[in-house]
Amino acid sequence: MRISNNNKLYALSILVRKEIADHIRSWKFIVLLAIILLTCVASLYTSLQALKNTAPTPNDSDAAFFFLKIFTTSDGTMPSFHLFVGFLGPLLGICLGFDAVNSEFNGRTLGRILSQPIHRDYFLNAKFIGALTVIGSLFASLILLTIGTATLLVGFPPSLIECNRLFLFTLLTVVYIAFWLNLSMLFSVRFRHTATSALVAIAIWMFFTVFYPIIINIVAKAVQPNPYASEAEIMQYQHFMLTLMRFAPSQLYSDGTNMLLMPSIRSLGPLHMEQLQGAIPSPLPVWESIKVAWSQMVALIACTIVCFAASYYFFMRKEIRC
Amino acid sequence: MEGDKMDNPIICVRQLTKKYGDFTAVDHLDLEIATGEIFGLLGPNGAGKSTTILMLLGLSEPTSGEIEVCGTDPVRSPLAVKRLVGYLPDNIGFYEGWTALENLILTAQLNGISYTDAKQRALSLLEKVGLQDVVEKKVGKFSRGMRQRLGLADSLIKEPKVLILDEPTLGLDPMGVKDFTSLIVRLSREEKLTVLLSSHQLYQVQQICDRVGLFIKGKLVADGPIQDLALRLFQDKTRHIQLKVHQTDIQRTRDILENMQAVKAIKQKDDMFQINADDMIVHQLAKMLVEQDITIAQLQQRTYGIEDIYAHYFEGGSTYEDK
Repeated sequence: MRISNNNKLYALSILVRKEIADHIRSWKFIVLLAIILLTCVASLYTSLQALKNTAPTPNDSDAAFFFLKIFTTSDGTMPSFHLFVGFLGPLLGICLGFDAVNSEFNGRTLGRILSQPIHRDYFLNAKFIGALTVIGSLFASLILLTIGTATLLVGFPPSLIECNRLFLFTLLTVVYIAFWLNLSMLFSVRFRHTATSALVAIAIWMFFTVFYPIIINIVAKAVQPNPYASEAEIMQYQHFMLTLMRFAPSQLYSDGTNMLLMPSIRSLGPLHMEQLQGAIPSPLPVWESIKVAWSQMVALIACTIVCFAASYYFFMRKEIRC
Repeated sequence: MEGDKMDNPIICVRQLTKKYGDFTAVDHLDLEIATGEIFGLLGPNGAGKSTTILMLLGLSEPTSGEIEVCGTDPVRSPLAVKRLVGYLPDNIGFYEGWTALENLILTAQLNGISYTDAKQRALSLLEKVGLQDVVEKKVGKFSRGMRQRLGLADSLIKEPKVLILDEPTLGLDPMGVKDFTSLIVRLSREEKLTVLLSSHQLYQVQQICDRVGLFIKGKLVADGPIQDLALRLFQDKTRHIQLKVHQTDIQRTRDILENMQAVKAIKQKDDMFQINADDMIVHQLAKMLVEQDITIAQLQQRTYGIEDIYAHYFEGGSTYEDK
């Protein structure tokens, strides 16, 4: 009759299933899904067209990685896939998370769920796992479908290295969206109204996509060294600007994806001429590419975890009475 | 507090206190509820009823004091308590886009019941609460009364030992209240449940409770069966008698009343007399009036109900701001 008490994951799996069902049935998700699918399909289509018509130049070291190029190439009419994801991904994350807790609180379903014999954190964990499952399956299927279509079009399968890199790219994308998901979930725990949490999350996203680059430009103008300044000074300036830019999560993500999808990139910062001397223009192995963007990826994961920990902390201390 | 000890209290609360900052919501509460009884927790809004209930369920942490529900401490092991206690919050929320059946199945599954069993149990409960015709209807389209019934089914689906109802009759029309309270009584007798219900609506609760506790400003000021409570509280008080006689007999009645020793005060308005007396004099008074051939239109000694008890404490606690 009753499933054994040891099997505590049963209740969690029920909650996760409920979350996934809720997301898939909700209009906001369907609309956003349509937008993402349309833009991504369009950008992938244009890049496939562009790749089909232009033969790779002989000195292009990325030429061997056809399947990676699909996600980064564009013919100029549309941004490439990874730029689109960098732009729309946050919106998807916010959409899945902004009303996670406060809508249940306002609908008074939170008290009902928590008065069942489940641990309190199951509720939040299920919210997170459910949304993450939706995001993960969405991007995994999108990328797999693209690879499948491209294989049909060009007639050869992706290599193992490409598969590895694409797998990591999917993982990084999920982590990036999970960051925004957790941020908006944190707001949904803190703010009572769903409108407040949605607006605050979108404001932060807007800040980093629109205003942060403007601020950086202003700072850049202010601290720009004299054109005749010493090399060391210019290097210092470049490093400073890069550091500033990397406060934006989208910059971390694009650094990471660039490294993963363009194996020939050797550094994300400025390089000395002597550092390049004698270098063979060949692609890096996967592990070496990861090492170049290691700190960016770790920072992104850390931000995600910090946001989740904060929402966990606030949720566990929340008074659930209305 | 009552002196007699219970044999087997299923809920036992000792010196329970809950503070929100400086505000004391529950103040050194002592309470015992016996197995199988229907206990009414009465008090005005903001008296701390809901807070007490949340602490009984382990959903809120007490500042100090001890709680035992079904032999378990809800602070230490909330899961064990929540497995045995069904809870119907005031203004219960359901997933509006889901059907009644889906909502119940979710609750059942969270209690570790497999899908097929959950469905079976949900269907039989929906029939018991009279919702068998709207099983596949979305809860968003339910009326207030239907929601409360569904809420009752929802709290019963785990087959609890104790049922805690927070303001179960709030927002229901008089017929709905009657139906719902009788449903609670019937189901609790059928399932041999202990019921703890909180309310500020006196009459409805008065009718179904074995025992009530009066809760004001975080304190339990009195508890016991309602009749006992009235007797104990008002034994020293004067009795109020209302008398109405025929127009022609007014003056004669007045003379009789003024001659009676037990009568302390008389208020007269046309043919209506409001009499305050020391003892139970209704019988005596009636006899005298009949002997004098006075036509009695109405003779009534006011009995003390729960409302008087309530008013007594409200007036006693003059700092209470809603009054």
